[in-house]
Amino acid sequence: MTRQQAGPVTGPGPDSTARHARGASARRRAAYPYAMYLPAAVVYLVIFLIPTGMAFYFALTRWTLFDSTFVGLDNFRDFLAEQNLRIGFQNTLFYAVVTSGLKVVLGLLLGVLLTSKLRLRGFLRSVVFFPVLVSTVAVGITFSMLLAPDTGLVDKALALVGVSGPDWLGGASTALLSVALVDVWKGVGLATVIYIAGILSIPQDYYQAVAVDGGTAWHRFRHVTLPLSWPATYSVIILSFIGGLRSFDLIWTMTRGGPGFTSDTIASIIYKQYQAGFFGLSTAGNVLLFLMVTVIMVPLTYLLGKRQVTT
Amino acid sequence: MKTSHRALGTALAILTTATLASCGSGSEPAATGGTVTLSFMTGSDQATVATTKALADGFMKANPTIKITIETQPGGSEGDNIVKTRLATGEMTDVFWYNSGSLLQALNPAQTMVDLSNDPVLANVQTDYLPVVTNAGKVYGVPAASAAGGGILYNRKVYDQLGLSVPKTWADFMANNEKIKAAGITPVIATYKDTWTSQLMVLGDFFNVQAAVPDFAQQYTAGKARFASTPAALEGFQHLADVQAKGYLNKGFGSTTLDQGLKMLVEGKGAQYPMLTVLLPPLLAANPQAATDIGFFGIPGDGAANGATIWEPNAIYIAKTTKHLAEAKKFLAFVASTAGTDAVSAAVQPTGPYRVKGAKLPDNAIQAAKDVQTYIDAGTISPALEFLSAIKGPSLEQITVAVGSGITKPADGAAQYDQDVQKQAKQLGLPGW
Repeated sequence: MTRQQAGPVTGPGPDSTARHARGASARRRAAYPYAMYLPAAVVYLVIFLIPTGMAFYFALTRWTLFDSTFVGLDNFRDFLAEQNLRIGFQNTLFYAVVTSGLKVVLGLLLGVLLTSKLRLRGFLRSVVFFPVLVSTVAVGITFSMLLAPDTGLVDKALALVGVSGPDWLGGASTALLSVALVDVWKGVGLATVIYIAGILSIPQDYYQAVAVDGGTAWHRFRHVTLPLSWPATYSVIILSFIGGLRSFDLIWTMTRGGPGFTSDTIASIIYKQYQAGFFGLSTAGNVLLFLMVTVIMVPLTYLLGKRQVTT
Repeated sequence: MKTSHRALGTALAILTTATLASCGSGSEPAATGGTVTLSFMTGSDQATVATTKALADGFMKANPTIKITIETQPGGSEGDNIVKTRLATGEMTDVFWYNSGSLLQALNPAQTMVDLSNDPVLANVQTDYLPVVTNAGKVYGVPAASAAGGGILYNRKVYDQLGLSVPKTWADFMANNEKIKAAGITPVIATYKDTWTSQLMVLGDFFNVQAAVPDFAQQYTAGKARFASTPAALEGFQHLADVQAKGYLNKGFGSTTLDQGLKMLVEGKGAQYPMLTVLLPPLLAANPQAATDIGFFGIPGDGAANGATIWEPNAIYIAKTTKHLAEAKKFLAFVASTAGTDAVSAAVQPTGPYRVKGAKLPDNAIQAAKDVQTYIDAGTISPALEFLSAIKGPSLEQITVAVGSGITKPADGAAQYDQDVQKQAKQLGLPGW
């Protein structure tokens, strides 16, 4: 707890000068000779920095893998003129909000449940975590089968109670939501594990204090567990929101952005352009996606981080 | 000093080995003695490989001094890249199998392939095939397999039971659908889970477009004709919406796959399926009745003309870098002869007619192939637009799914496709867009 509170310091005073001093002294006597940093630096440079820099350049070209012609900002204009971009943006945001929201709520509830004195607790924890380990593509294919109209298990189960299920993945109104729910099923295990860790790190003293004051289970949850598991909530929101923004694999296996364009996200639009051989255009799309994730995540991280310091 | 000497030595050794190795591979064909070896790159799907083998074996039997070695490329865009790279670097096989039509144009044939214009190799190729292997007025290839029809595959048993006849106009087609629906059978199968299958109603309608607007392909390539503003071209999108609006599609068409659709057709649960005849031969192993039960007709239009849209066969080309031009030409002449088509027929079931003069379909050919032959004999065919124009928008399949599912209106869909086409043309850097 103390380390977390000392971590992202924004205030003035001795700490920032101390860090300054530490930085200066570190520079004077580095732990290793610079040559020893070289291999890692080369790998980082060649595999990350150079391609990133190149992407920013190729986004400005019409590029066939063999040769490229410089076209200025044409690609960005074409990408922004993409007719389904609006749907893509809406879907991406919807998907990110729905999945991260549900993962927070369900993860917290499962976390509370699985930290209680439950028989088979270990077993249940592994059951909840298991979907995280399965390959996303396998999950997508499996659920495509389960959600198939008439023949799928879900519709068969619904038929037993007399409900005729919709065409989950083939219908325009249900496709994106179905994929989002499968994403939650797959990802909630990770959220739960983060919450379990968060809840277990809350000192017992607080619960004892609530007990002394005669509080009920609801009070324990509302005034101790919920506020003190904030660091966990923070991690879950950040992780699942970024995951939701760049979501692609599950959507691609289950609907391919379809039917039509109704479940397209930014990532699937970019992928389709790449598939069509519009390499420059899709690189421009990636640059825009990068900027969009930054624009959303930097303030969000700042906001959530600040909240974390104050609680 | 010492280390740099050693490094130099190592580099030299590597260089020498590399040179020796490349010499070795270069002189390999001569090492086989009196025979010449032709290398042949082909696709990797089952039908292509079987056809290739049949052609190679038939040719080697007739010409014992020439040996053909086959290698495959993975197909799709990955295969495209391999073919393009090897042509560009001068390492292509002597002869190779590749798409005809718009994809050929992307290979820059004038620089990479042997010009066959007016060559006796082409003597037996049907003349109306030549445009799809022509680039800038020069001809480069011979048809490697049989053509295919793109239109409506229909279950002839269902038609017989209900006393229906093959429709000549769209109104007839819709009247048939009503009767089929009344009999409790799905009139039109749609399989939009495999999105590409949704395009057939639009692409297969091209015969009707061309009948109404004969120069549509040129105007479209030049950026002057559009789908949304050409009534005949808009029809395809309208048809797609009509069958859905009338409730003629199978339930859950949005999650149905191609395989499920073919199964419905063969089993008679669905009467008609807008599809390519190429898909039928692989079905025969499990469903021998598909050979006789499934027929083909071109998508009927509103105009007076009635015909079918044809997917032309892929072609075999000669790489400019070949060292055995005479033998390669001999092989191509064999491919484009009745001896060649007979060899293919013996190995694989043709999906439609051959494009070689005098070539006949075998008696046991599937009914759908015979139906396509009838259209060719009558001369009422048109190649699909993708064989006449290099421009095909990449999003057509999503747009046709949206229109065919009732999400987008036909006119809007056509307008969206026009924009998609414009994007493609801009990316190709074509003039006039």
